[in-house]
Amino acid sequence: MLCKRIIPCLDIKDGRTVKGTNFVNLRDAGDPVELGALYAQQGADELVFLDITATNEKRKTLRELVNRIAHHINIPFTVGGGISSVEDVHALLQNGADKISVNTAAFKNPQLIKDLASEFGSQCVVLAIDTRMEDDGQWYVYLNGGRVKTDRLCFDWAQEAVALGAGEILLTSMNHDGTKQGFALDITKQLATNLPVPVIASGGGGTMPHFAEVFTTAQADAALAASVFHFKEIAIPELKRYLQQQNVQVRPIQ
Amino acid sequence: MKLVIIKYNAGNIQSVLYALERIGVSATVTDDPEQIRTADKVIFPGVGEAGSAMQYLREHGLDTLIRNLQQPVLGICLGMQLMCAWSEERDTQCLGIFNEHVKQFDVNAVAPDGSRYKVPQIGWNNIYQLKTKLFDGLPESSYCYFVHGYYAAAGPHTIATADYILPYSAALHRDNFYGVQFHPEKSAQVGEQILKNFLSL
Repeated sequence: MLCKRIIPCLDIKDGRTVKGTNFVNLRDAGDPVELGALYAQQGADELVFLDITATNEKRKTLRELVNRIAHHINIPFTVGGGISSVEDVHALLQNGADKISVNTAAFKNPQLIKDLASEFGSQCVVLAIDTRMEDDGQWYVYLNGGRVKTDRLCFDWAQEAVALGAGEILLTSMNHDGTKQGFALDITKQLATNLPVPVIASGGGGTMPHFAEVFTTAQADAALAASVFHFKEIAIPELKRYLQQQNVQVRPIQ
Repeated sequence: MKLVIIKYNAGNIQSVLYALERIGVSATVTDDPEQIRTADKVIFPGVGEAGSAMQYLREHGLDTLIRNLQQPVLGICLGMQLMCAWSEERDTQCLGIFNEHVKQFDVNAVAPDGSRYKVPQIGWNNIYQLKTKLFDGLPESSYCYFVHGYYAAAGPHTIATADYILPYSAALHRDNFYGVQFHPEKSAQVGEQILKNFLSL
């Protein structure tokens, strides 16, 4: 049976992991390759590396990093952050990335999704959406790392992106991100049950039951988190054992 | 040992190359017929669309070449599907090494709990009824990473089965030819064991 996926996310700046980590057993907690390899060994099903560097040197640094990751990690990984062209993606895939995620650039130029899907296949095009529920009870799309609001509804944009060729949706609720109060179950469920592609839920996972409910109640295909893994508040092997006990199908740890 | 990865117009070749490096093996990526013919082992990877991939193989004479290889050959994902008889994807005649047909997953299929199946299948699924040395040392129900919207039906050449909507071929074997639907290069220790097993055939 197809398993629900657990995906740690690593934020990268200038080739280093940021947001802090709490891994005393790592020689270098800032090295994304070493941290990624540790997660892979612990039973992570995939990894996401999100580059938040904002310099001109960015592209070259990221490509070198992706190449190092690809040499060391034996599970699939997605690379995102500032990707805006077919050329960007070509270089990342050439260096061994399995998938790329696009966000703001795809919203501003939806044709990008179509171009990427036809050039590289939908399976490697992940559309990331940052969304926030406003006072009117509707979920809106935000851009530029959550700094810019749009008038577009999250579900409508997701549906359009899938029609254009997005192969997966990475959905982050800004209302829940960082709260550790649980994932956004309603919008996740709306997307997961109405779209023909997998939905990765992100934002708010703070306890093991939060992960169980996003898989069972909201029917997410995968769940992504960062700090609860970095700070060892939740260990992946323990999380997987818990999910198994809750009858959530996960890949057992070897 | 001379190991060759066939280069053609369907991606993910780097991932296979790096996975081999991780288990200490170097490989040559090439579309040169002579190099492919004289290799000890050949890997035929691929992610993409069957119709354009087959067209490319025919235009470059690689179709006949692959069919006539005598050494162990491992097709991965689209590579395995192209080794089958026919694919529903753009109604494509394939290499015919395996008799099995490749069809699209039913996009309207509904799971027992009422939820819809996602097509393509993306993620880790277990493989069972494992046969041949390709799976030496691996327990039944080992987990592998799959990404595919088309599947090879179960048939006489099936050496591993997986379930998604229906039971289908996770791996195929005939004579010196092996094919796997999943990505051993991305399937953690299980995948590494399968690559090692192929290299020691």
